[in-house]
Amino acid sequence: MAPRTLFEKIWDAHLVSAATADTPAILYVDLHLIHEVTSPQAFTWLRERGLKVRRPERTVATMDHSTPTTPRGKDGKIPVLDNAAAKQIAQLETNCADFGIELYALGSEGQGIVHVIGPELGVTQPGQIIVCGDSHTSTHGAFGALAFGIGTSEVSHVLATQSLLQNKPKTLAVTVEGKLKPGVTAKDIVLAVIARLGIGGGTGHVIEYRGSAIRALSMEERMTVCNMSIEAGARAGMIAPDEITFEYLKGRPRAPQGAAWDKAVAAWRALPSDAGATFDREEIFDAAAIEPMITYGTNPGMGMAIGAKVPAATNPTLEKALAYMGLEGGQPLLGHKVDVVFIGSCTNSRMSDLRAAATIFKGRKVAPGVRALIVPGSQRIKKAAEAEGLDRVFAEAGAEWREAGCSMCIAMNGDQLKPGQYAVSTSNRNFEGRQGAGGRTFLASPLTAAAAAVTGKVTDARSLT
Amino acid sequence: MEPIKTFTSKTVVLPTENIDTDQIIPARFLKATSKNGLGEMLFSDWRFNADGSQKPDFALNKPEAKGARVLVAGDNFGCGSSREHAPWALYDYGFRAVISTSIADIFKNNSLKNGLLPIALDAATHAKLIAAPGAEVTVSLEAQTVTFGAGKDQITAKFSVDPFSRYCLLNGIDELQFLLSKDAEISKFEAGRG
Ligand code: SF4
Repeated sequence: MAPRTLFEKIWDAHLVSAATADTPAILYVDLHLIHEVTSPQAFTWLRERGLKVRRPERTVATMDHSTPTTPRGKDGKIPVLDNAAAKQIAQLETNCADFGIELYALGSEGQGIVHVIGPELGVTQPGQIIVCGDSHTSTHGAFGALAFGIGTSEVSHVLATQSLLQNKPKTLAVTVEGKLKPGVTAKDIVLAVIARLGIGGGTGHVIEYRGSAIRALSMEERMTVCNMSIEAGARAGMIAPDEITFEYLKGRPRAPQGAAWDKAVAAWRALPSDAGATFDREEIFDAAAIEPMITYGTNPGMGMAIGAKVPAATNPTLEKALAYMGLEGGQPLLGHKVDVVFIGSCTNSRMSDLRAAATIFKGRKVAPGVRALIVPGSQRIKKAAEAEGLDRVFAEAGAEWREAGCSMCIAMNGDQLKPGQYAVSTSNRNFEGRQGAGGRTFLASPLTAAAAAVTGKVTDARSLT
Repeated sequence: MEPIKTFTSKTVVLPTENIDTDQIIPARFLKATSKNGLGEMLFSDWRFNADGSQKPDFALNKPEAKGARVLVAGDNFGCGSSREHAPWALYDYGFRAVISTSIADIFKNNSLKNGLLPIALDAATHAKLIAAPGAEVTVSLEAQTVTFGAGKDQITAKFSVDPFSRYCLLNGIDELQFLLSKDAEISKFEAGRG
C-alpha cells in the first residue's frame, strides 16, 4: 500500500461508505461530545421525528459554556446565572436522562470544559474520530485522533446515526524543528503558526504538527497547540501518538485496561504517518526563532513577538481592528496598561498552565486596579491544583480562584469584560466583543498573562526576576 | 426547509474581511434553545448601540438594505466558532446567500444545511460586487452562477458547490433522511469492527 499520513489512516478506517460522484463519504464517529449550548435543537429534532440515539454509550455530555464559575454558596452549590442559562442546563439534564447519555453535570466531580474532560477521562484516544458541536474539538487531535467541530444539524446526524457525511479535506504539515528558548511555550508556537498562516490560511485543510519541537511537548502542551488549529481555519489539527501519549492515557478511568491496553497500544503504534507519505502543503518553522507571542488585533492571526511594534494599518480591515483595540501602528505593546487577566479556557487551563502561572504569582501581588481570574478547566484540575497549594498562591497574590468552566473565554456565563477594558487572556479568540461587548483582548501564554497581572501592564515574563 | 433554485435580489455589502461568528451572533445570544427569531440578534454589536438604538451608518440599517437577500462580505467569511446560530440568524433575517472570496469550513457546512447558500467567487468579480452595494444579482443554484450588471457590462460568474448539498438544497431534502436510509451499511460497519 502507498505510504499514508496519520489523517489518511484514520479516515480510511472509518469509512462506512466511500465518496461517490454524487455523495460525500460517510464516516463513523467513535466519540461524540456534547454540551448545553449547541445540542438542545438537535434533541428537539430527534423528538420531532421520533428518533432514538443510535449509540448512547458513544456520547458524553458536560456543561461548561453558560455555567457560572463563581465560587460555591454555603449550600455547596454553584449559583446559576439567569433563566436562559438555567433552562439550557435543565434541558441538557432532561435530554441526557431521556436518551441514556452519560452526563457530567454542573457541580459534579467530572464536570469541566468539554475538551478538558475528554482527555482527562481517557475517552479521547488515538485513532478515533471525535466530534463535538464546538470548533475547538481540534484539541483532541493531540492524541493522534481526527477531531473536528460540527454544527447542531450534524450533532443530530451523529446522535441518530453515529455517522456523518464529509468531504475529504486536504492535508497541511506544520513542521516545527529545533528547541524552544527558555520562557517560550506551546501557546507561543501556535500563535506564531497562526500569525504566519493567517486566520483563513488553513481553510479546507487538516494540520499535522510534526518535527522535533512538537515531539518534545507534553500532552498538555500538545493540546494547547492542536486547540488553536481552527484559528488558522483548519478544522482539525493532529499529532502522531507516541510514548508520551500512551504514558498520559495509561490508567485513566476510561482508557483500555490490561490485555485490552496492550492491544490498543500495538494498534496505536501503527498510526503515525508513514515515511514517504505526502502532504498537500507544508510549512516549516524554526523553534529557536519563536519569541513569546501576543496578539494586537481582533483575530488570532494578528499576533507578533511580545517585544515587537504593532504594524501600520495598511488595509481597512487592520485599520478597523486597531481602531477597535485603541492602538496605533508603530506603537509597542510592552508597557500597555491591562485591566483584567484571564487564565483559563480549553487552550490553557490545565495543571501545567496553572503551575506556570503560579511561578509568577508566588511572592508577588496582583497590581492595584487589575482583576485576575484563574479558572481551572475541570473540577478534577481544581482539586489537583488545590492539593498542590496553587489556589493559595493565587489567593495570596490577590487573584480570584474559580469553579471550572469556559468563563471569560466566551462571556455568556457572567464572567466578562466591561466595554473598553483591556485583558491579557490565555484563551483562543480576540474577536470584537468575544470577552464582553466592547472588551479588548490580547491573547498570550499563561506566563505572559501572569506577568501582566502582577505588573498591571503587558510584560515579557522573562524580564521578571 | 424551502428549496432554493434561482432568485434575484439586491445586495448588502459588508467589506470587512474575516467576519467571525462572534460578530454574526454574539455568544450572549446562544442561550436560545430554539432556532427561530435569531435574526433580531444578527450582527447585534455592529447594528445596535449599547442602549438598543440603531447605528445609522451600519450597512444593514440603511433604508436601501431592506429586503436584501444577498450579503456580500469581505474575504474569509464565517471564521470562528461552529455555532449554527450564525446561519440561523442570517436566514431568519432574510438572507438566502452570502458571497465572499472564501467561506470558513464549518460555517459553510452549517449554511448548506439551513437553506443559506455560501458562495465563494473569484477576487475580480467579488471586488466588483463589493464596489456596487445594492446591485441587483441573480443567483442560480441550478446553473451555479451569479449574474449582475446590464447589457454589455453584464457579468456571469460560476461558483462551485458540493454536488450532494446542491441536490439537497434544490429539492428541499435534508441530509439526515439520507443518512437514516444508510442504516444497513452503518450496521454492517459496526459489526465489522467487532
Ligand atoms: S473554553 Fe472557550 S473556546 Fe473552549 S470550549 Fe469553552 S468557550 Fe469554547
